Amino acid sequence: MTAIIAKRLLAAIPVLVGLSVIVFLMIALIPGDPATAILGSYATPENVARLNADLGLDKTLPQQYLAWISGVLQGDFGRSYALNRPVIDIVLERFSATLLLAGAALILATIFGLLAGIVSAVRQFGLADKTITLVVLIGISVPSFWLGLILILFFAVRIQLFPASGMVAIYGGGGPRDILHHLVLPAVTLAVVATGVIARLTRTAMLEVLRQDYIRTARAKGLSERRVIYRHAFMAALVSVIPVIGIQAGFVLGGAVYIETVFQWPGVGAMLVNAISQRDILLVQGGVLVVAASYVLFNLAADVCQTLLDPRLK
Amino acid sequence: MTTAATNTEAQPHAGRKQRSERPSTLALLVNNRLAAAGLVILGVIVATALAAPILPLADPNATNPAGRLAPLFSEGHILGTDALGRDTLSRLIWGARVSLAVGFSASVIAAVVGSAIGLVAGYAGGRTDQVMMRLIDMLMAFPYILLALAIVAILGPGLINALYAIAIVNVPFFARNIRGITIGLARREFVDAARLSGKGPLRILGSDILPNVLPTIVITLSTTVGWMILETAGLSFLGLGAQPPQADLGSMLGEGRKVLFTAPTISLVPGLMIFLIVMSINLIGDGIRDVLDPRLRSGALARPSFRTAILPDRARPASMIDQAATLDVKNLETQFRMGSEVYRAAGGVDLRIARGECLGLVGESGSGKSVTAMSLMGLVPSPPGVIAGGLIGFKGEDLAEAPDKRIRELRGGAVSHVFQDPLATLHPLFPVGDQLVEAIRAHQRIGRSEAETKAEDLLALVRIPNPAARMKALPHELSGGLRQRVSIAMALANDPELIIADEPTTALDVTVQAQVLRLMDDLRRERDAAVLFITHDFGVVSEICERVAVMYAGRIVETGRTDEILKEPTHPYTRMLIDCVPVMGEPERRLDAVPGRPPPVNRLPPGCAFADRCPRAQADCRSGDIPLEAKRGSLEARCLHPLQPGESLT
Repeated sequence: MTAIIAKRLLAAIPVLVGLSVIVFLMIALIPGDPATAILGSYATPENVARLNADLGLDKTLPQQYLAWISGVLQGDFGRSYALNRPVIDIVLERFSATLLLAGAALILATIFGLLAGIVSAVRQFGLADKTITLVVLIGISVPSFWLGLILILFFAVRIQLFPASGMVAIYGGGGPRDILHHLVLPAVTLAVVATGVIARLTRTAMLEVLRQDYIRTARAKGLSERRVIYRHAFMAALVSVIPVIGIQAGFVLGGAVYIETVFQWPGVGAMLVNAISQRDILLVQGGVLVVAASYVLFNLAADVCQTLLDPRLK
Repeated sequence: MTTAATNTEAQPHAGRKQRSERPSTLALLVNNRLAAAGLVILGVIVATALAAPILPLADPNATNPAGRLAPLFSEGHILGTDALGRDTLSRLIWGARVSLAVGFSASVIAAVVGSAIGLVAGYAGGRTDQVMMRLIDMLMAFPYILLALAIVAILGPGLINALYAIAIVNVPFFARNIRGITIGLARREFVDAARLSGKGPLRILGSDILPNVLPTIVITLSTTVGWMILETAGLSFLGLGAQPPQADLGSMLGEGRKVLFTAPTISLVPGLMIFLIVMSINLIGDGIRDVLDPRLRSGALARPSFRTAILPDRARPASMIDQAATLDVKNLETQFRMGSEVYRAAGGVDLRIARGECLGLVGESGSGKSVTAMSLMGLVPSPPGVIAGGLIGFKGEDLAEAPDKRIRELRGGAVSHVFQDPLATLHPLFPVGDQLVEAIRAHQRIGRSEAETKAEDLLALVRIPNPAARMKALPHELSGGLRQRVSIAMALANDPELIIADEPTTALDVTVQAQVLRLMDDLRRERDAAVLFITHDFGVVSEICERVAVMYAGRIVETGRTDEILKEPTHPYTRMLIDCVPVMGEPERRLDAVPGRPPPVNRLPPGCAFADRCPRAQADCRSGDIPLEAKRGSLEARCLHPLQPGESLT
């Protein structure tokens, strides 16, 4: 087990390095003079000089990268000039909210996606299958930012069951129950697309597995259909669905950008949108790097789960 | 009245005839109702958007502060007006125009760039391929939208920059898919031929490979266009795409959000439009995939059910089931029904096995022997399999009549199976011990530890060394011979009276084959179990079976005692099959398989199905039904011109 994790971690290192190079190159790729582009209206001569020193813009690119990455590894992502705070502080503050939202959405999507996929496969061509297929189709086609608005209009305005925005109530909020209450609508909205994708792939994987010889063997042993489907078929299908769940983690982390904007959830996504509008490139850089790196770790976890489930992959 | 009735009867028949011909791709797409609906919706939207300049619409940018936030269906503004008094309908159509244009442009850019990368990487191979694919992997290591955000952050907000961002983010999907196909194509003969004829790599890619990867590009496009339209709208919604006064559907939605509580329709209407566009594209995409994926077309992805379907109005033979026989199958007919085609895989099969007896069921692949065997316990996949007639007598009980519960009780209990390839037939993820325990506990009410002891005993019984340690082994960790022993142990777990063994030694090498055969023979004698042994190999039959039934094109053509059949068969087909068996010390013996092919079981000729391959066939062989008749000794055969003792084929 530890050997597997160590092996996967080692394999993830080149990916993380490549990722950091791409994120680093964001600055170099900005058209025009980076310092003035980054600082924009904050471009006092004093700030420009400070930023040039920070980024080492007078050095060669590889030198700049080494200086930048050693800073990053020590938690120094530079400074947000718009907010006048260290980038790392802002990003970490925001990232926990995003993790909560994305994690909740991914859990919802996994549970309902797997369930819907299994029911759909078992009742293939039946009414349940057709209904689920239609709902899934709608789910993967609906713009999540639009669905969020509809849910707000219905659940927050019309029946006033859940709050429309924020993560905590303004007065007397902050407890776990309060956060959960605020989490419901954004998490559900964010989960919709991923649920649809997971349901579709689970259905296909189940149908594929149910045709295998070992399922015939399970039936020939005289096992109940329940055991055949939920143990023999599902476990085999799960092996091919897990990487999909890992990929969905990426879509959920990215899709959080819309949901955080719609529900004013104080996460990295909403922060990135603001930072881009204000050309606060260093903040964008830090946010992208942290989210992307966490996505690599998500996939690594999915990979390890898959290997544990299917010992043939060792 | 009578003529009307015949007319309506004739029509569906004509319709069925048409359907049996292979329809064109487009016809299939239109036939798929959902895809057709998608085409219609998208067609209407695109046509309206294209016609925007000539439609009698209000100026989308003409503000009118006095008439702001007009509700739906107000005069002159069917969809109302927005916060600046602009006509929502006009803005919707013009916005859709922008969104469609941006989405499709991004798709075309992604398709061209991605496909080019895929083609070059796949064709060049080696280092070029490695470097390019590493870069693509890097891009894919980013969460989807995040990379687009980073690109917009570099280029600055704006519709064209959003377009580039979405296009770049989608490049990897095309690059990966196209590369996969190109690698396969680059090694094909026609590409080698083009290379030898002196064509340069660019020309080969363009004229030989590109036409073959085009379907893949189309499929990838059809699955990604929807996303790209959605995501460009999303960037505009966030304020990073279209900037005022320019508007697409996303920015309309984003602006409308500011007055969400007072005038919700202003943001809901453009959202609905995005949804309709994306859904219609997804419907078309699903349709295209279904049409281009041949597995879905033949219905092979259909899920096999618990038990083979049994026709309620099936033909039942009048004769009674032999109460004394372990197995007495009469006139069993199993069909595969695909569309309007009916394949008679088992076309009226009779089999009898006495208690403790071993019957060999022999035939070429495709003769229907496995289907016959799998029909007994309802294990023929259904759809498309159907038991269309006959009796399946097991100790006097007709299993075709038995309820599902009874079948489950018998499966793995009184009737067990050993299948051909134990790597495919054992569950790959569970230790073999668990699979054995499961088999035991499906039929015996005992605790887990007791079942584990029994399982170990069974592994020892099939002569697996060190059974306690093997219990924890996964199937792929065992050798082929050991795996098949595990299967046999599983078949013996609940003291069966009948073992159905479907080519249990075919996947094994010769020495292991002999060991497994001997083991099966010993065990069935010890336990007095009847065996139905399916094989295509007469050599195997002579080792273990007391009686043999030879099958051809879904019917038994000869049956009798093994020694008599092996010595002097009466049916020419049996003779030819026996002649295929290699014999030690007779190297000049012909080893070629029976020449020719069996007739397709959906178009069986009248008379003897073997006539076309038979050197003794005469005119009377090609008409009427030829019955299975007693010939000499214990032999019965379905032949009008049987071989006489001592007579050879030629």
